[in-house]
Amino acid sequence: MERRVVVTGIGLVTPVGIGTETAWKNICAGVSGIDTITRFDAGDYAVKIAAEITDYNTEDFFEKKEARHLDLFVQYGVVASRMALKDSGFAITPDNCGRVGVITGCGMGGLPNIEKQHNALLNRGPRKISPFFIPMVIPNMASGNISIDIGSKGPNLTLTTACAAGTHAVGEAFNYVKNGTCDVVISGGTEAVICGLGVAGFSAMKALSTRNDDPKTASRPFDKDRDGFIMGEGAGMIVLEEYEHAKARGAKIYAEVIGFGLSSDAYHIAAPPEDGEGAVRAMNNALLSAGVRPEDIDYINAHGTSTSLNDRGESRAVHQVFGDHANKIAISSTKSMTGHLLGAAGGIEAAFLALSITDQIAPPTINLHEPSPECDLDYVPNKVRKMEIKVAMSNSFGFGGTNGSLIMKRM
Amino acid sequence: MAIEQKMIDIIAEQLSVDKEKVVSGASFTDDLGADSLDLVELIMAMEEGFDIEIPDEDAESITTVQNAIDYVKKLK
Repeated sequence: MERRVVVTGIGLVTPVGIGTETAWKNICAGVSGIDTITRFDAGDYAVKIAAEITDYNTEDFFEKKEARHLDLFVQYGVVASRMALKDSGFAITPDNCGRVGVITGCGMGGLPNIEKQHNALLNRGPRKISPFFIPMVIPNMASGNISIDIGSKGPNLTLTTACAAGTHAVGEAFNYVKNGTCDVVISGGTEAVICGLGVAGFSAMKALSTRNDDPKTASRPFDKDRDGFIMGEGAGMIVLEEYEHAKARGAKIYAEVIGFGLSSDAYHIAAPPEDGEGAVRAMNNALLSAGVRPEDIDYINAHGTSTSLNDRGESRAVHQVFGDHANKIAISSTKSMTGHLLGAAGGIEAAFLALSITDQIAPPTINLHEPSPECDLDYVPNKVRKMEIKVAMSNSFGFGGTNGSLIMKRM
Repeated sequence: MAIEQKMIDIIAEQLSVDKEKVVSGASFTDDLGADSLDLVELIMAMEEGFDIEIPDEDAESITTVQNAIDYVKKLK
């Protein structure tokens, strides 16, 4: 019998709130999590805004010594995973731990600590490098520490496919549960690179918005005045579980994951092709994997970064994949509120997708006042929409020309 | 006394243990829960705190609170 995969737990640590209830309420209310950077002095930077998590207290979640040895991206990932697992009600035991996996997406790892340790190296020499430097900054330390924290002993993997990493992680988790490798996988993404090196790096690529004087309106996906994305941070982790396994323990089910598609642009290190050709193939592959027709899709949580190239290419790609049906799909970019969480984006957006299906709600794309002429779809502008969502998709596209699309459906 | 008290503070802080547990005979690994990475970091904190340099070969012999206190006293 074919194994089905369902979402049974959600954990969110985001710039619009810690905890699913707060974050989802703010997303539906159109609240922006973007503001002036406080994490470091960005006075000399062209970009002075980001979606920082300002209400996170390390000591609420970790002991002092432990906290000192866990980079922020690891902490966010562990906290979101604990929340997701608790929400699922699933207990990991010595008997079942080998069938439980962790797959996280992470774009970069511990950039703030790389910056800090490099300063120590230059200013004080090699003997001043912390023995915890390497085990703090390597990208797979999120999945490693999550596994230690929750006691899962199945696969322990990290995908580092830039801004598509969270979606790829959930997609791989879906495959692992579907093909019988695991019964439960905690998956999603985590990222925390709002530091001088991170901001200066993306800024040098001219990828970031410089709307410094009006942070709340800086992320404006599909709007004609969009001028780049806004760096965000946080983690979104979800529990994927085999359906019979979930049913047997009477678990609450948010949605069923039914398809996952991937593709590569084979085009450019950072820019997508003008016609969104790679995105087209990721979405088509996801539809094929799910066994649904394009007309079945009611809602898309878009990649929608608020960069000129992405929003145009993604809109063209949606036209290409869905034809006449494209105009009937509600499409929103929650990045208009959360900013772009990079490797964590696909994680929080998979969570939002599941919540959209559970609540039958399409969250808004805020700051969309005059759509760009090349973005001519229904982006759910500015106001949340109650609507029937049977089948829905989430897109993520990353530097390196790597794409992923997930499809979930109502149970 | 100053060295003893300062050393106890550094060890308690680095290993996140109560100061009452940082008694002279306590072993960093056996009694205070340090792993090999914690030990390296602890030695670095001692270097920082007392403004000294502890060569790796000396660091290996500093395994208890008393060892550490004696080592620093010898230098000061």
